[in-house]
Amino acid sequence: MNRQVLSLALATSLAAGFGVAASDQATAQDMEKCYGVSLAGQNDCAAGPGTTCSGTSTVDYQGNAWTLVPAGTCEEMELPGDRMGSLKELDRDLPS
Amino acid sequence: MDAQAVENRFAEALADPARPVPAGLTSARGEADRLRFAVYRNNVHVSLVEALAKTFPVTRRVVGEGFFRAMARAYVADHKPDSPVLSRYGESLADFVAGFPPAAGLAYLPDLTRLEYAWLQAYHAAEAPPLGARDLGNLAPDALLERRLVPHPATRLVESAFAIGSIWSAHQEDNVTRMSIGHPESVLLTRPHAELHATVLPTVDTPFVQRLLDGASIGEAGTHALQCDGAFDLARALTGLLALGAFQRLPAHSEENPT
Repeated sequence: MNRQVLSLALATSLAAGFGVAASDQATAQDMEKCYGVSLAGQNDCAAGPGTTCSGTSTVDYQGNAWTLVPAGTCEEMELPGDRMGSLKELDRDLPS
Repeated sequence: MDAQAVENRFAEALADPARPVPAGLTSARGEADRLRFAVYRNNVHVSLVEALAKTFPVTRRVVGEGFFRAMARAYVADHKPDSPVLSRYGESLADFVAGFPPAAGLAYLPDLTRLEYAWLQAYHAAEAPPLGARDLGNLAPDALLERRLVPHPATRLVESAFAIGSIWSAHQEDNVTRMSIGHPESVLLTRPHAELHATVLPTVDTPFVQRLLDGASIGEAGTHALQCDGAFDLARALTGLLALGAFQRLPAHSEENPT
């Protein structure tokens, strides 16, 4: 499509958008920034229940992760071809 | 050793459990305290995992708490923050997830993670007045087609071959019901008046938005979108984007001479 046609489309229907825009400008005046609570670092022992304060960062992370399968809402995600968007037994394919 | 070198050695030892307590670091008793340093190191690690859990709540729900924390710990082990601002941590998590074998069955997960990171960056982006349709109203159609628009600092476009917008949206509710996710979605994040919106773009508009955000003129982007799909309606797409606050209103003098 050439530019003439684009221009015509704009000229005929952009005007409709300008009416809507008037209220945009008004709400902009009322804008008040809500500052979110930033993510906090922690100064206390942050390891949580069932761990020791000094132990968690020295575990074998990967050895820990390999044994897990996703167990959240991924069960509800459906992909075409009757495949679910989740997996159950992938750990058997993983390097040990 | 200068102060910078001391700090670097301290930071390296903090990030790597295999390293010894840095030389010269002593406790009140006058000796190096390996256990105390381990507590500090551990708190850094756990805090970063916690930060990821807060930045990626939907990813966390999708894979479950246990899986997410295990994955986050593996990520934190090899990816320390580049910035002292914790809300910028986790940009590369999506790429990490894409290469994380236990998550390989969840093909949509990296894009979902990317969307969540983009959401947080949009939330914290700089303040700026959005460009409204009225700001363009005095331009002749030809001048309008030549016009290039400046994205609002909060505007982000995240594209996926999967329905990441629908997934994200469904997880804002308490209960997630079975949903089909096999179709592509492009999600536009905008923050018109201090409120963040996630909008799944009509497929026909996506090429237009891509080009506009890349700096193409309205005419160039519109022509491209028409070539992709003859049903594209420029005026509808443009007014829709302006209503979402996707672009930034510049000071009057630069409005006249946009670059």
